[in-house]
Amino acid sequence: MNSTAVFRAEGIGKSYPGVRANDDVSFQVDAGQIHALLGENGAGKSTLVKMIYGLVRPDQGRMSLMGAPHQPADPRAARAAGVAMVFQHFSLFDALTVAENIALGMENPPPRRELSARITKVSHDFGLPLNPARRIVTLSAGERQRVEIIRCLLQNPRLLIMDEPTSVLTPQEAELLFATLRKLAAQGTAILYISHKLDEIRTHCDCATILRHGRVVDSCDPRAHSARELAAMMVGGEMRDIDRSGRQAGEVLLKVQDLSLPAPNAEGTALKSVSLELRAGQILGIGGVAGNGQEELLAALTGETRSASGTITLEGADLSPLPPEQRRKAGLLTAPEDRLGHAAVPDFSLTENTLLTAGARKGLVRNGLIDHRAARSFAESVIAAFDVRTPGPHVTARALSGGNLQKFVIGREVLQDPRVLVVNQPTWGVDASAAAFVRQSLLDLARQGAGVIVISQDLDELLELSDQFCALNEGRLSEPCPTEGLTLDQIGLMLGGAHGMQEAAL
Amino acid sequence: MIRLVPRSTASTFWQVATPVMAVLATMIAGGVLFAIMGHDPVTAIRTIFWDPLFGPAAAYSRPQLLVKAAPLILIASGLAIGFRAGIWNIGAEGQYIIGGLTGGAVALAAYPSEGAWIFPAMVIAGAAGGWAWGMIPALLRNWFGASEILVSLMLVYVAQRVAAWMAFGPMKNPEGFGFPGSRNLQQYPAASNPELIAGTGAHWGVVAAAVAVLVTWVLVSRHIRGFHIRAAGSAPRAARFAGVNPATLVAFCLGLSGALAGMAGLFEVAGPAGQITDKLGTGYGFTAIIVAFLGRLHPVGILLAGLLLALTYIGGELAQLTMQLPAATVQVFQGMLLFFLLGFDVLTRFRIQRKGQS
Amino acid sequence: MIDPLSVFLLLLSASTPILFAALGELIAERAGILNLGVEGMMITGALAGFAAAYATGNPFIGFLVAALAGAAISLLYTVLTQVFLANQVASGLALTLFGLGLAAMFGKPFEGVKAPPMPDGPFGINWIVWLGLLMVPVIWWFLNRTRRGLILRAVGENHEAAHALGYDVRLTRTAAIAFGGAMAGIGGAFISIATVLQWTEGMTAGAGWIALAIVVFSSWTAFGVLAGAWLFGGVTVLQLRLQAAEVDVPVQLLSMAPYLATIIVLVLISARQTYSRKAGGAAPGSLGNNFHALR
Repeated sequence: MNSTAVFRAEGIGKSYPGVRANDDVSFQVDAGQIHALLGENGAGKSTLVKMIYGLVRPDQGRMSLMGAPHQPADPRAARAAGVAMVFQHFSLFDALTVAENIALGMENPPPRRELSARITKVSHDFGLPLNPARRIVTLSAGERQRVEIIRCLLQNPRLLIMDEPTSVLTPQEAELLFATLRKLAAQGTAILYISHKLDEIRTHCDCATILRHGRVVDSCDPRAHSARELAAMMVGGEMRDIDRSGRQAGEVLLKVQDLSLPAPNAEGTALKSVSLELRAGQILGIGGVAGNGQEELLAALTGETRSASGTITLEGADLSPLPPEQRRKAGLLTAPEDRLGHAAVPDFSLTENTLLTAGARKGLVRNGLIDHRAARSFAESVIAAFDVRTPGPHVTARALSGGNLQKFVIGREVLQDPRVLVVNQPTWGVDASAAAFVRQSLLDLARQGAGVIVISQDLDELLELSDQFCALNEGRLSEPCPTEGLTLDQIGLMLGGAHGMQEAAL
Repeated sequence: MIRLVPRSTASTFWQVATPVMAVLATMIAGGVLFAIMGHDPVTAIRTIFWDPLFGPAAAYSRPQLLVKAAPLILIASGLAIGFRAGIWNIGAEGQYIIGGLTGGAVALAAYPSEGAWIFPAMVIAGAAGGWAWGMIPALLRNWFGASEILVSLMLVYVAQRVAAWMAFGPMKNPEGFGFPGSRNLQQYPAASNPELIAGTGAHWGVVAAAVAVLVTWVLVSRHIRGFHIRAAGSAPRAARFAGVNPATLVAFCLGLSGALAGMAGLFEVAGPAGQITDKLGTGYGFTAIIVAFLGRLHPVGILLAGLLLALTYIGGELAQLTMQLPAATVQVFQGMLLFFLLGFDVLTRFRIQRKGQS
Repeated sequence: MIDPLSVFLLLLSASTPILFAALGELIAERAGILNLGVEGMMITGALAGFAAAYATGNPFIGFLVAALAGAAISLLYTVLTQVFLANQVASGLALTLFGLGLAAMFGKPFEGVKAPPMPDGPFGINWIVWLGLLMVPVIWWFLNRTRRGLILRAVGENHEAAHALGYDVRLTRTAAIAFGGAMAGIGGAFISIATVLQWTEGMTAGAGWIALAIVVFSSWTAFGVLAGAWLFGGVTVLQLRLQAAEVDVPVQLLSMAPYLATIIVLVLISARQTYSRKAGGAAPGSLGNNFHALR
C-alpha cells in the first residue's frame, strides 16, 4: 500500500487441535500509529501477537517487518528484528532486580553499571521513574508495568506490542501510559495495542482491526464509531440490555466492623480497619487496582482466614470464629477471582466441584459420607440453569472455557440460595455474552432479596451493577458513595490516583 | 517429533494399564541387566516372579508372601493418603522402627506376666509410637514451615540409631549371653504375633492390612475428608476455600501414616522378626513408597502392588540362593519399577501427538 | 589438648562431600529443580569413582569418572521430569532408591579392597578439598555475574516468563541437573576415595539428604552452602572426637548428632525464611514445578 507500513500480515492462519485460532488474518500497522487490535476473549488476539513475537509459528500466511520478511524462530529473533512486547501477565521475575529483569529482555545488554545508568536516564526521559536496584516483588502493578515498558524502550523497537496493558492500572496511571505511547509514536514507533476496553480505544487509537472467531471482521477508525457500534462488531450482534429494575434495600444482612488482618505473606496486603454494611436487595461494588487487599478481603469473608470476634456478623450472628462450611450453612457464600485452582479444582469433574461449597446447603454430604448421585444432579441443575456449555457433569473443570466455568462457579453459589453472595472479579477474562449472563444473574439474586458484594477492577461493571461504591486502596476501604452520578475521575481519585508516583519520583 | 497434549479427563484405561506396562518393562530391562551380568535372563525372571508361587519350593515360600506384603500394604495405605494431599512422608521407615520399639517395650516391661491385655496394648503402643514420630515433622512444618520431606527422612537415621542403642543397651536380653538384641517375643505367648491359620503366613498384621485397605478405600472414595485430601493435593487454594485447614491436614496425614507404619513395625517385632535388634528397619518403609505409587495411591491398587513387591522380595532371596544373584538385585528391580511407572504415567495425563508438518 | 588447626583440617575434610553435593543441588534448585536424588547420585559417584581409582591406580581419574557417573545417572531424572513431566519429588526418590540399589549390586566385587593413595595438595590439604573451596566463589560468580547465571535464575524464578522471553527452560534445567549430578558424584567419591578409603554398601549414610537441607539453610547462596557444610563438618568432627574421648554417652546417640543438627537448623532457617521474600533469599519461585509449553 504505502511505504510507512512498519508491520504487515497477509493471510495468517493458525490451528490448534479442535480450534482455528486465526484464519486468513491480514492487516498492517504504520509508523507513528497506535493501532488497536480489538476482540473478545478467545477471538484470537493472543495467538496473533504470539506469532509476531516468535512464540508461536503460523501455519499459513506471511508477515513482514519494515518490508523484509518476518519469520522469527523465537522471541529473541523477534526482538533482534525490532519487535518488543509488554505482556498482559507480566513476564517479570519477582526475586530479581529491575536491572536484571531488563537485562533478560535484551539481546546484548551493556555491563551492569552502564545498564543501570541507562535505565535511570530513559525512565526519567519518559516520565516513568524507576530505581534499577529494586526487586520486582517490592513494586506496585503500575511500577511493574513501567519495568516492562522501559525494557522495550531500551531496545528502540520498530513495533511495540501492548497486550491489555491498562487492566491493572488506575485511570490516572492509564493516562500516563497513553502520554508515553504518544511520545513514542511521535518518534515513529508503530504500536499494536490490544484491548477490549472500547472507551480507551476510541480516545487514544488511530486505527482499529477487529477480530472475531479468529478472523478479521472489520477495520475502522475507532474515533468515528460509538462504543456500542464497536461492541456490536466485536460480538457480532446487538448487546443485550441489563435489567436493573425491581430491587429495594431491606434490612442489614452483613456487617463488617473494624476488620484488620496482617498481610498473609510477603506479597500480600494487610487489611486495615475495614467496615461495611450490606442490606438485603442491595449490590455493593468494591473497586480497586489488583493487589490492594481484594483477595485478602474475600478470604476473610469466606473464612479462609479467621478474624477477631465481632468483626463479621450476618443477620446479627457473629461469623468471625466460624470456618468456611459453617459460614456457608449460615448463608454467606463466596466466589473467588481465580476460577481454576481457587473456586474450582481443575482436575476434578464438575460433579466433584459442587462438593467444594454445596455439601451442606444442598445435602450432598451426610454424616461425612458423600452422596454422589445428589452431587451429580445438583451439577446438572447448575449446568441447565446457567447455560454452561459442556458435554456433561463428568467433564473436568479444566476442560471448560473461562466463560462457561465462571457461569458454573457463580451458578453453584446462586442456586444454593444465599443470604449474601460475595464475588471477586465475576467477569474477568470472560466473553461478553457470558459476562452479561453473570451480571444479570447477580442482579436477579439481589432482586430476590439477597445481598451481593461485587469486588472488581472493571469500573464499568461496577457502575453498571452496584447501588453503592467503595474503593479498596492499600487495604483500606473508603466510605461508600451512591453510584448514581459518580464519574470515572472521582473514582480514580478514590482508588488512589496514580499509584506510587511520589514514591518512585524520589 | 512428537508432542504432548494434556488430556481434559485423566484416562482410566491408562491408569490401570501403566502399572502393568511398568512391571513388564521392568522384567525386560531386568532381563537385559541379568544378561549383561552373565546370567540367563529367562531363568532369573522365572526365579523371581514365578517360582515363589509355583516353583518346587513354593510350599515354603508361598506363606512368606503375606508376611512380606502385610507391612508394605499397611504402610503404603497410610502414605498414599498423604501423597494424595501433597504431603510427603518419606520417613515411614523411621516410624516403623519407633513403632516396633514402643510396642516391643510394652511386652518387655510386662514380661513375664500373662494376660489378654498385653498384645492389644502393644499394638496401641506401636501405633502411638509411630504416630508420635510422624507428628514431629508435622508439627515442625506447621509451626516453622520446615520441609516434612527432609525432617521425616532425617528421623529415619535417628530412629535407626535409637534402635541400635536399645538393642545394645536398655532393651538387651538380660539372659542373652551378652549378644545384642531383646528377648525373643515368639517365646512369650502373651506378646507374640503368631501365624493365625497354619500354612498361610497370615498373622495379625495381615488382618490389620486388610482393614487398612477397606477403611482407606471408604475414606478416599466416599468420605468428604477423603475428598478434601484429594482437593488439597490437586489445588491447595481450592481446598482451603472449601474449608480445609492445611495445618490440620498435615497433622492428620503424617499422624495416620505414622500410626500405620508404627503398627506394622510392632507386628514385625512381635511376629516374623521376634525381637528388637539394631537391624529392625529392613527397608519396608521405603519400599512402601514404591507400593503406594505402583498402586496409583488407590487402596485396591496398593493391595495388588504390595503383593507384587512382596513377591520380588521372596523371589530375590530365592535367586540369591539358587543363582547367586546379589541381594541388592531386588532393590534395583524396585527402583526400576518406580522409574518406569513414573515415565509411563505421562500417558494417563497427556495424549501423544505427532507434530504436524504444515 | 586439641590442636585447633588439625580440627579445622578434619572439619574441611568432613564437610567436603556435603559441600560438593549441596553446591550442585544449589545450581539445580536455582533453575527450579528439586532433585531429591542427591543421595542416589552420591552413592553412584562413590562406587564408580572408587572402582575407577582402584582399576587405574589414579584417584584423580576416579573423581573424573565419579563426576561422569553422577551426571549420567541424573539423566534418568532428567528424562522423567523434563520429557515425561513426572512429579519431581517422586522422581528424585526413585533416583535415590535406584542409585542405592545399583551401587549395592555392582559394588560387591569391590568390597574389602583399598583405594590407591591420594597425594596431598598445598598445605597438606587434599586437592579435592581445594577444588570444593574454589567452587564456592566460582558458583557465586556464575550465578550473580554472568549472563548464563542470570538466565538460570530467571528460569528457576518464573519459568513461564523465561519461556515468554525466549529462553529454553528445558535445556537450562537439563544442564543444571547434569551439573548437580556431577557435583554429587564427586562428593560421593570423596567419601570412598579420600575419607573411608574403601567401598562399603550405603556408605553415604544420608549425606545427600543433609546436602538438600543445607541448600535450604544457605538461603540458596553459594557462601551460605559453604557455611552450612562447615557447620555440619563441625558437628561431625565434634561427635567423632567425643566418641574417641569415650564420653559416657552411648555411641549410637552421639552418631545421631548430624541428623538432629540438620533438623534443628532446618527449623530455625525455615521459620526465618517464611517472611523474608521481600528481602530476597527465599526459595526460587518455580522450585519443584514442571514446565510444559503449549505450542
